[in-house]
Amino acid sequence: MSLGGTGLRDWLVQRYTAVFLGIYTLFMVGFVLIRPEVTYEDWLGLFASPFMQISTLFALVCIAFHAWVGLWTVLTDYVKPPFLRYLLEGVIIFTLFGYVIWGIFVLWG
Amino acid sequence: MQTKRPRNINPLSISLPIGALVSITHRLSGILVFLLIPLFLWGLQISLISPEGFNVIRDYLQSPLYKCIAILAAAGLIFHLLAGIRHLLMDLHIGESLKAGRFSARLVILLSLILLILFVYKLGRVAL
Repeated sequence: MSLGGTGLRDWLVQRYTAVFLGIYTLFMVGFVLIRPEVTYEDWLGLFASPFMQISTLFALVCIAFHAWVGLWTVLTDYVKPPFLRYLLEGVIIFTLFGYVIWGIFVLWG
Repeated sequence: MQTKRPRNINPLSISLPIGALVSITHRLSGILVFLLIPLFLWGLQISLISPEGFNVIRDYLQSPLYKCIAILAAAGLIFHLLAGIRHLLMDLHIGESLKAGRFSARLVILLSLILLILFVYKLGRVAL
């Protein structure tokens, strides 16, 4: 159920997505911190820009892959009964997929 | 495999090395942040719908319950990010020795606490 055959691809996916999510998080923290108060206009203006919309959607896709690799590792380590593990993995995949769809609605809805 | 070796399965009776503590907390904080994703998306959705929605989220952040949730989310995110940066540096062969690993583990805990305190301070000002 891992993304790649050898695990190397999972390892790389985990790192690349982590770097993007780190940069995205720092940008958001910076956006909030450089102004004394964030107004609705600031907030709407930020998320109305195509650059931010694409970046946020990309961040959500990164979260989906990052969380999948991380949670797959955790489930493989701690949930031993195969049926329960596959069930939880299925729930996680659909949940993450749903979050990406939800994000598209939030950003362009 | 059956062995005669004694097994101790009570994790609370084991004193974890600092690196192991940071490692397991990295996992736990990752699970926490995953569980809080819908809350982030919901907050983003409501806050973007209208000025009223934006104020709804702002008002929520004044209530003790949502303040606690925000602090919990910040704690998870801050720790996961810092512990993750530590991992990425180790992947680049920076700070791989036992001594450096122990030092950076302590640094992650210390910096997380400092940033969390700053977050709580900033959040407290929302109510003023």
